Amino acid sequence: MSLQPIAARRFLLRERGLGLAPKFLAMNWLFVLCVGLLAGVGYTALYSAAGGSPTPYANSQIFRFFGALLLMFAIAMVDIRVIAKFSWVAYALGILLLLVVMKFGHTGLGAKRWITVGGMEIQPSELMKLFLILALASYLHRASYERVANLLFLLPAVLIILLPVGLILKEPNLGTAIITALLGSTLLLGAGVRWWKFAILLALIAIAAPLIYHHLHAYQRARIITFLNPGSDPLGAGYNIIQSKIALGSGGFFGQGYLHGTQNQLNFLPEKQTDFVFTIIAEEFGFLGSVAVLALLASIIAIAFYIATTCTHQFGRLVALGIGTNFFLYCFVNLSMVMGLIPVGGVPLPLISYGGSALTAVMLGFGVLMSVHVHRDVTFASGDD
Amino acid sequence: MQRDNQHRNAFTRRALLIGAGQLAVFTAIGARLYNLQVSQHGKYALMAKQNAISERLTAPRRGLITDRFGATLAGNQQHWRALFMQALAPDPQAVLDNFTKLVPLSVAERVRITADLADRPGYIPVMLKDYLDWPDMAAIEVNTPNLPGVIVEVGTSRIYPLGPGLAHAVGYVARPNQAEVQAQPVLALPGMRIGRTGVEAAQDLLLRGSPGSVQTETNVHGQVVRNVAENPGTPGQTVTLALDAGLQSLAVQSLTKQAGAAVVLDTQTGEILAMASSPSFDPALFDKGVPTEIWDQWMANPAHPLENKATAGLFAPGSTFKPTAALAAMKKGALTADTILFCPGFLKLGDHIFWCDNHVAHGHITVTTALQVSCDVFFYQVALMTGIDDLAAMAHKLGIGTDLQLDIPGGAPGLVPTHRWARAQGIVWEPGSTVVQGIGQGYTQVTPLALATMIARIASGVAIGPHITRRIAGALQSGSLPGAWPALDIDDRHLAVVRQGLFEVVNTPAGTGYGARLTLPNVQMAGKTGTAQVRDDTGAEKGVNFNDETIPWVDRPNALFVAYAPVAAPRYAVAVVVEHGNWGSESAAPIAHDLITYALLHDPAGRDAPLPPQPTPLAAPA
Repeated sequence: MSLQPIAARRFLLRERGLGLAPKFLAMNWLFVLCVGLLAGVGYTALYSAAGGSPTPYANSQIFRFFGALLLMFAIAMVDIRVIAKFSWVAYALGILLLLVVMKFGHTGLGAKRWITVGGMEIQPSELMKLFLILALASYLHRASYERVANLLFLLPAVLIILLPVGLILKEPNLGTAIITALLGSTLLLGAGVRWWKFAILLALIAIAAPLIYHHLHAYQRARIITFLNPGSDPLGAGYNIIQSKIALGSGGFFGQGYLHGTQNQLNFLPEKQTDFVFTIIAEEFGFLGSVAVLALLASIIAIAFYIATTCTHQFGRLVALGIGTNFFLYCFVNLSMVMGLIPVGGVPLPLISYGGSALTAVMLGFGVLMSVHVHRDVTFASGDD
Repeated sequence: MQRDNQHRNAFTRRALLIGAGQLAVFTAIGARLYNLQVSQHGKYALMAKQNAISERLTAPRRGLITDRFGATLAGNQQHWRALFMQALAPDPQAVLDNFTKLVPLSVAERVRITADLADRPGYIPVMLKDYLDWPDMAAIEVNTPNLPGVIVEVGTSRIYPLGPGLAHAVGYVARPNQAEVQAQPVLALPGMRIGRTGVEAAQDLLLRGSPGSVQTETNVHGQVVRNVAENPGTPGQTVTLALDAGLQSLAVQSLTKQAGAAVVLDTQTGEILAMASSPSFDPALFDKGVPTEIWDQWMANPAHPLENKATAGLFAPGSTFKPTAALAAMKKGALTADTILFCPGFLKLGDHIFWCDNHVAHGHITVTTALQVSCDVFFYQVALMTGIDDLAAMAHKLGIGTDLQLDIPGGAPGLVPTHRWARAQGIVWEPGSTVVQGIGQGYTQVTPLALATMIARIASGVAIGPHITRRIAGALQSGSLPGAWPALDIDDRHLAVVRQGLFEVVNTPAGTGYGARLTLPNVQMAGKTGTAQVRDDTGAEKGVNFNDETIPWVDRPNALFVAYAPVAAPRYAVAVVVEHGNWGSESAAPIAHDLITYALLHDPAGRDAPLPPQPTPLAAPA
């Protein structure tokens, strides 16, 4: 092949990619800014959660964030096609970790969810969501729009979703299982699976719901009952929801002032540094602060969708959609939980809550998202094209 | 390429739909936030406040009781105490157990606490332990995490700087009993005391004040983080008494080792400048609860330390009644200044002989002389001439045998017999009974306060009412104003006759009170001795040697002395009763002398401010 110099350059760009420095500059810096701002919000909230002290939460969390940020940058530099190539390995690793956690994981809050790797506690279900996105996107990447309509083609995709969902459900971790299933479904939807199939699926779930409820653990049922009537036992299971709502409501429009939220400072908020971190912001900065944080979170999702729609290859599109949706689901479940809209489940508010596992998983995903953005124009033919 | 575009367009469509759905969800969350944070803010803000702020009532500071110059007679002392807010403790019994490990509680205390916990409303803390010492307090503070709801606070206990010296007049406070708490729930507050006797009881409501409240911010464990707002309530009012602490101390000192009472009155206003009753007790003991062994001691003491003998001790007035008898006879017209009666040393009535003191014959004497030498036979005849009903009427007019409306509770009116009274009692009245009324024996019973009132009224000619409260919250009480009392409805000439007799008692060598005459220049005291038998009311035993050590203490006569000074312009009246003190001139008159001397030197009634320091030291409080 003899090519013109410019064409040769395009070829190089498409086939080999850019150099490291141009790649780094090619990242979506608005997105990075939003991520950084959210980490700042997290630091602020955790400083307050400790009663106005950088220890024990804020400093160690921001430390983790910078570590995870470096990880994100590193992954962003990796060619998206390489990532796609390893997506099955990642998926297999995720399944393996879920099996390990079932066998050796340590128990917290009545469920085996955690394993310790090299002194770091990780929650495999968090990683699994990212790996599922990669594997599913990789599988769907190969399919043409017509083939997606084929039920036989869809069956493996559904199995790819159900395998980890089943394992997570077994931990048991109902919330993450539902989120994982929703995530997989969203990817199928993005890939072009026809709407009526989802309608059938929803009908099936509606039928199965009582059966599932029957098999739920006592604490899971308690959560649902508590959700339906939080006032029934104000110092028991409903306590969290009530205290959380009091914290939000007492914030008012302008908030009680930084470090002056009584609910927070007097420890009425349960797990305030982790799952209920949003109540600190809401109580101390009011509706104004809450909406600002909501807007930041929404920006992250919007940019992910922008990246998805501007990507030239299906793998990148689906991965960006999945990562954006995953982040959305985190926010949705956490915020709804805090506001007493859905039953309480151990879902943190990403980038703000204290804890390393979710942060690492989310930032890994953001690294992949940045890689999609950087490599949006690479030649990455789908199987049928 | 075209298929890829189709693929891409389909994805973009769906991504936009999904994105729109997610945006809708975020909007819904925002709306929910608006609903919670703005629309329902009031409701949740209140809930947050209730969450964090707990309010409890606190006992007000009890008002001070001071003497007329502001010296504290009843005050408050701070100490530590542990309270328990059961509403803040998830498991009150566990907290109680933890507390007991740190500060041992007796079984009785635990029973009381359990009972209190059961029936106190949540906003009233329950007393766990009062009068904590420092190590206990520190132990509790260190262990607060294990003691949710336990509050260590500064409490106050009642102190009485004069101690037993004023136990009767000022009274004491104690913990309210169950019935009182039920009637007035505010008394359930730890630290609330109720006045039981004396001024503490009489002015209890004013002294008590009204409770305050503390709003404390508590964390989720019920531990107090800080006090948000403190409303000290209304402290009790200060009650200023007419008493002069110096004079009081002297009165107490004078009666040491004796049983009896002494009262000093302002003859113009009826203010009680000193009122001592001996023996006494430590009034502060009631604040904590009197130990059983001390209570038993008090009960076993024949001299009745708990009784206020000044207002409730009933004694035969003996010869101190003679001025009253003289006034009664003069009012009836049976006696004048010039009437001469004969004293052969005895009076024979029927076949009964009534002796004069020491069987001495005083001969032909006037009423003035009869008072001076305390002739019994003269007053036997006066009594017969007057009759008991007129004697009683005069006695009542002078404050004897009548309710004096004293402003502290527990006083006894005493008794001066009348025919009507005798009939009511089923007593057959015989002339012999009338005879001894003239010398203050028989059925007549008076309190030292009544005697002081009597002599004050005779001295001033004003129908003063004795009272102990001078100011409440700074406001001078109407009775303490000069000119507040009406004139006695007694002829001035009669009073002059009696006053002359009383002057001669003290200021003439023949007078029975000559030994107690004042040694101050240009000022004289008038008075009357009294020696009242306690064993034989008839007077038949008169003349035995009272100093005979073989007579048991309780059978010896009571010694009395009433006096006023200065004779020229009476201001101070005093009555002293020394139980079983034998001759009034021996044991009671010297005390009266000392009190009058002190009063004249320091003139407490004439001042409203303490004297500047001076060479003559005030008697130091006990």
